[in-house]
Amino acid sequence: MNATAIRAGFLTSVQDLGRTGLREFGVSLGGALDGHGLRVANILVGNDELAAGLETTFGGLRLRFADERIIAWCGGDFDAHIGSTALPSGHPGLVRGGEEFFIESPTLGCRAWVAISGGIDVPVVLASRSADLRAGFGGATGRLARDGQQFPLGTNTGRSQMLVEKLRDRKIASWKPPHDWSSTARREPTLRFIRGSDSNRFTASALEHLTTEAFVVSPDSDRMGVRLDGPALERSSDVDLLSEAVAPGTVQVPPSGKPILLLNDCQTIGGYPKIAHVITVDLGIAAQLRVGDRVRFREVWLADAHRALLERERDLQQFRHGIGSHFK
Amino acid sequence: MEITPLGDCAVLVRLTGNFEADPESALEKVLTAQKTLAAAKIPGVIELAPAYTTVALFYDPIRAIEAGAPVEDIFSWFEQRIGDAISNAKNASAHSIPSTTVEIPVCYASEFAFDLDDVARRTDLEPNEVIALHSSTEYRVHCVGFTPGFPFLGGLPPKLATPRRETPRTEIPAGSVGIGGKQTGIYPVKSPGGWNIIGRTPLRLFDPQRNPPVLVRAGDGVRFRPISREEFDQLAKS
Repeated sequence: MNATAIRAGFLTSVQDLGRTGLREFGVSLGGALDGHGLRVANILVGNDELAAGLETTFGGLRLRFADERIIAWCGGDFDAHIGSTALPSGHPGLVRGGEEFFIESPTLGCRAWVAISGGIDVPVVLASRSADLRAGFGGATGRLARDGQQFPLGTNTGRSQMLVEKLRDRKIASWKPPHDWSSTARREPTLRFIRGSDSNRFTASALEHLTTEAFVVSPDSDRMGVRLDGPALERSSDVDLLSEAVAPGTVQVPPSGKPILLLNDCQTIGGYPKIAHVITVDLGIAAQLRVGDRVRFREVWLADAHRALLERERDLQQFRHGIGSHFK
Repeated sequence: MEITPLGDCAVLVRLTGNFEADPESALEKVLTAQKTLAAAKIPGVIELAPAYTTVALFYDPIRAIEAGAPVEDIFSWFEQRIGDAISNAKNASAHSIPSTTVEIPVCYASEFAFDLDDVARRTDLEPNEVIALHSSTEYRVHCVGFTPGFPFLGGLPPKLATPRRETPRTEIPAGSVGIGGKQTGIYPVKSPGGWNIIGRTPLRLFDPQRNPPVLVRAGDGVRFRPISREEFDQLAKS
């Protein structure tokens, strides 16, 4: 069975948790810019966490369903509906055959991840269903979704089917995950970072600017990276570096001194010095930044980053376990 | 050797600080380290990515913790295991890595070679001399990146070195062969780019349906064979 994009919205693509093992060939990680958000949405609908969903930027997505499905979403502050019933972020809802799901433009943040029970069942290309928009493959078409596009859906799992039975009379489930998992947009967020491998290539004032000033998101920001405007981050030496690996979260500084925070579709290598790396647990917040938003940075230790990640992973396991009772 | 964190899910292993002095030896060190680290099967490692003088090791911190890494110092845990693996393998011959040489047919016809005349002018050569020099050298892949399958080739005759274009083109066709500074390379997919374009290959350097998806990888040798416009069309069809 399919879901049809009556309206595809501004920037919608099929994404899962991305591609690994292919960096040596220059293939980007890709995948949902907030992988945690997509995992949570998948758990909510009874999917495997590796199932593909839809990433929508600035909403405007309207889907029509051919059969009964459970749907849930996580991300920025959007209004979403199944028919005329509101579907808040983080709540699983039931759509019936012929019904529509609609997600409007956001009031805060810019992206949402929509999981549908059964998952978006497009062919796996290079170990992932994600669309690589830069190289033009994966996600069925290698491109953004278009109006009228049909998304093939997998079969509902046993868990999803139990949820379907359960939600026939009340439509929207009352339970939800922790608020900061399903609702990730923040006003003037502070992103935590660890010092970059090239931080000694910057002046002392560059590091001070990074931790004390607000930066503003520039146009040309996309799934590759968030471009930032603010006080120029001056390098102490102007020696060009040989290209070496970069990763989502890397904050690199081109000669202009305007930093770029790399996201999942970034190139696998880069030659600009790296002043900082935003920690993995804060990348979901970074994925909500839109042009004109202000953002700040705060330095933490590498062990802080790992503790935060471990804690979130334990909480997620507990959540997955706890939610099991709703599937009985 | 120097090991530094690259964010909270990777470390960068720098094998040498001096590339320019001996690019070939840097490449051998990097390839040997990549092979050694792959064989070491350190728990939690997701993948290894070589480039010029470094190998990046990407890891899953959760899996490392499950394998016994202390959450307070996962970095040192990896640092120790990487150091051990590399020093244990010190005696392994750097030249034990089999590498292949890939011949890449290139049509240097003017309709594909947007910047051939420009390169000729800047290098004080005739266009056919540029072609002869470019296609009579054996290159080596030092790194694959920028776009999927894009090989950065070392070994460009110094005479052909040409600075990148001041204003990058917004779209370079797939298969374009270019010179950027001291390097030459091939654009596998349509993309923006600032290199001087001197020809085009009909081969697909990146094909997501192939395994591996790339035609050349780090360490491979590359030779360019000049072909006619007719041969380009024939090869493009096959």
